[in-house]
Amino acid sequence: MTLTLRINPIACTGHGACAEVAPELIEADEWGYPVMNPGPVPAGLEREARKAVATCPALALKLQRDGNLSATENLRRN
Amino acid sequence: MARPATARSRRGGDSPRVLPPVPGVTEDLRAHYSRNGPARYRGPALLRAVREAGLTGRGGAAFPAHVKLAAVARANGRKVVVANGAEGEPASAKDAALLYHAPHLVLDGLQLAVEAVGATEAYLYTDIRHADMVDRALAQRTDDIPVQVVEAPPRFLSGQETALASRVSGGLALPTFSSSRISEHGVHGMPTLVQNVETLAHLALIARRGPGWFRQKGTPAEPGTTLVTINADGRRLVREVELGARLADVITDGAAVLIGGYHGTWLPMTTALTLTLDNQALSGHRAALGAGVLAVLPHSACGLIETARVARYLAAESAGQCGPCLNGLPRIAAAMAELAGPRPRRGTVQAVERWAGLVTGRGACHHPDGTSRLIRSALTVFGAELSRHADGRCSAATDRPVLPLPSAQALPLTDEDWL
Amino acid sequence: MTDSTAFWYASRATGVVALVLLTVVFAIGITINRQARVPGLPRFAVTDLHRNLSLLTVTFLCTHVLTAVLDTYVSITPVAIVVPFASGYERFWLGLGAIAFDVMVAIIATSLLRGRLNRAAWRAIHLTAYLCWPIAFLHGLYASGDLRRGPLLAIALGCALVVAAAVTWRLASAARRPPRAGRVAAGLAAAEHRPRPAGTGQAARGPRR
Repeated sequence: MTLTLRINPIACTGHGACAEVAPELIEADEWGYPVMNPGPVPAGLEREARKAVATCPALALKLQRDGNLSATENLRRN
Repeated sequence: MARPATARSRRGGDSPRVLPPVPGVTEDLRAHYSRNGPARYRGPALLRAVREAGLTGRGGAAFPAHVKLAAVARANGRKVVVANGAEGEPASAKDAALLYHAPHLVLDGLQLAVEAVGATEAYLYTDIRHADMVDRALAQRTDDIPVQVVEAPPRFLSGQETALASRVSGGLALPTFSSSRISEHGVHGMPTLVQNVETLAHLALIARRGPGWFRQKGTPAEPGTTLVTINADGRRLVREVELGARLADVITDGAAVLIGGYHGTWLPMTTALTLTLDNQALSGHRAALGAGVLAVLPHSACGLIETARVARYLAAESAGQCGPCLNGLPRIAAAMAELAGPRPRRGTVQAVERWAGLVTGRGACHHPDGTSRLIRSALTVFGAELSRHADGRCSAATDRPVLPLPSAQALPLTDEDWL
Repeated sequence: MTDSTAFWYASRATGVVALVLLTVVFAIGITINRQARVPGLPRFAVTDLHRNLSLLTVTFLCTHVLTAVLDTYVSITPVAIVVPFASGYERFWLGLGAIAFDVMVAIIATSLLRGRLNRAAWRAIHLTAYLCWPIAFLHGLYASGDLRRGPLLAIALGCALVVAAAVTWRLASAARRPPRAGRVAAGLAAAEHRPRPAGTGQAARGPRR
C-alpha cells in the first residue's frame, strides 16, 4: 500500500505549518508555499505525512492511498 | 464578426475535410447536407468508429476522443456534452473559422456525441463574438437536444476544462481543483464530455465516411487532418493540413517559429523546416502541436522582446488562485522584460530558470507549466540574442509587435472579467 | 455545604473557565487565519494549541452543563442543554447557553471529522464560531449575576476586549486585501517596480492569496 501526499493548490494559502511539522517531506518555497516530492511517501515517514495533513489550517493536504494517479491527473488538469 | 481568413494549399490533392471547399462562405444547413450527407454510424457504432479511426482531441491535449466518450457513456445518471469553442489563445483562429465556415458540422458532431453518450443536455461554449453566427446556424436546425450557447469570457484560461465546467455551471471561468474527473463530476456535478469544436467536426465526418476514410490521411499513429493557424507576415491564416505534413510546406521563411501557441515551444527555423506536423516528430524537439498555432518570428524581430510581451500577458491572465503561479509568473515576466532590454543585470537568466522550475506542476491547472515551457524554450533558442542584449545590441529592426495579443486595456481586473 | 450547592458552585466556576478558554481559542483561531506567528512557537504548535485548548474548553463546558443539571437548587433538565429556551430557570439567558453549546458541538464534531468532510462545509460551520462567542458571552453575563460584579466582571470585560481586538484585526485585514482578480494585477505591478536585482538574495514574501 502506497500513500501519496496530495495538495489542493487553490485551498493552500502558504501558511507553512506543514513544512515545519514534516520537514523531510515538505519544504517551503521562497513565497511560503509547500514544495513536495511527487511520488509516494517514503517508508517510515507516514506519521509525518499524517501530521502534516492534520496541521493544515486550510485543509489543503490529503493523504491518498494507492491508485494510479498519473492518468487521472493528466486527464484532470488539461 | 470579421471572417477568419482560410487558405487552400495549391500543392496537389489537398482537398479539405472539415473546412468547406469554397473559402470565405458560411455553409448553411442545406449546403452542409448536400456536401456531407447523413450520418451512417450512430450511438455505439459511432463509439466504435471513433476508436478505430484513432481520433484525438484537437483542443491541444491530443487525448484519444474515444476514451472520453466511453467514460461518459459508461457513467450513470444525467449527462452533459459541451462543445468547447472558447479558443482562449490569442494567436489561434481555427475554432472561429470552423464556427464561421462550417457550423453545422460542429453542431452535428455535438448532437452525435450527445446521442452516443446518452446525454440530456448540450452546450456550445464560445466567445461572445461568435454568438450571432451560432444562433443563426442553430435557428436553421431541428435538433433532438436543444443547444444552450454559453458565453466564454475572453480569457486565456477560459477553454481550460474545469474553468469551462465552472462557467457553464453558472460561475466564473476559473479552474477548479478536484479529486474526480470531469467525466465523473463536471457541469452541475454531472458527468460531462468536453470536446473541442474541431474534434466534434471530425467526429461528424467519421460518422458519415467511417474510420477507414479518416485514416486515409495523416500518419498511422496520428491519423486525419487538423486545422492550423499560421501567424506570419502580419497575417493570420487558418489551414487544414494532413497530420504529418511537412512544416516546410506551411511555413517558409523566418528566424524562428513558435509551435503550439503561448504554452508552446520556440524552434529555430532551420530545425523547424526539417520537421513534420505531428506530435511524434515534434516531441523529439520537446515540442507539440497543441491547438495547431504556428507563429513565425521574422528576421527583423527579436525573440526575447516577443517572448517578454507574451510572458506579461500570461502573468496577467493567471487565475490568481494558486500561490506559485500568482507569485512566480509576474516575477518571470518582469525578468523577461529585463532580458528583452539592453544590458540586463547579472543573474537574471538564472532567476528566470529557477522560477520556471519552481512554478511547474504546482498549480491547479497547467498555466504555470505551459508558461515555463515557453520561457525556457525562448532562453534556449534565443541564446545568441541574449548575448547581443548583454552587449547592448538587438536584432529588432522595428518597434512593431509580431505576436498577437489583446490590448493592455483588455487585462482582467475584476470578477466580471471572468464571466 | 450540600451536594446541591457544590454542583451549583462547580457549574458557575467551570462556566467562567470555559468562557475564558473559549476566548483564548478564538484569539488563536484568528491568529492562525492571519498566518501570524506566536513568538517562540512553530506554526504547527499553534494549530496544535488551538485544537487542544478547544478540546479543553469542551471538557469544561460539559462539566459546566452537567453540574447545572445535577444541581437541584434550580430546575434545569438535560433537554434544556441542547434545546434552547426549554428550561424553567432563566429561560432566555439559559436558552442562549444552549444555542452556544449546540454551535460548539457542531464545530468540534466537524473539526474532529475534518478529513472526511467537504472543505466548504467544514469552513461554513467553523465560521459560526463568530456567533458562538457573543452568544456564550451574553449567556455568561446574564444567566447568573457572577460576571457582572467584582473581579469576575474584570475578567468578563477582558475577554470581551480580546475578542473585539481579534475581530477588528480580522475585519481590517479582509478590508485591505485585494479581491482575487486584483491580486494578479497587483502582483504584476509589484514585480515590475521591484528595485532589488532579479533573483539575488531571499525574495520577500509574495502577495498573500
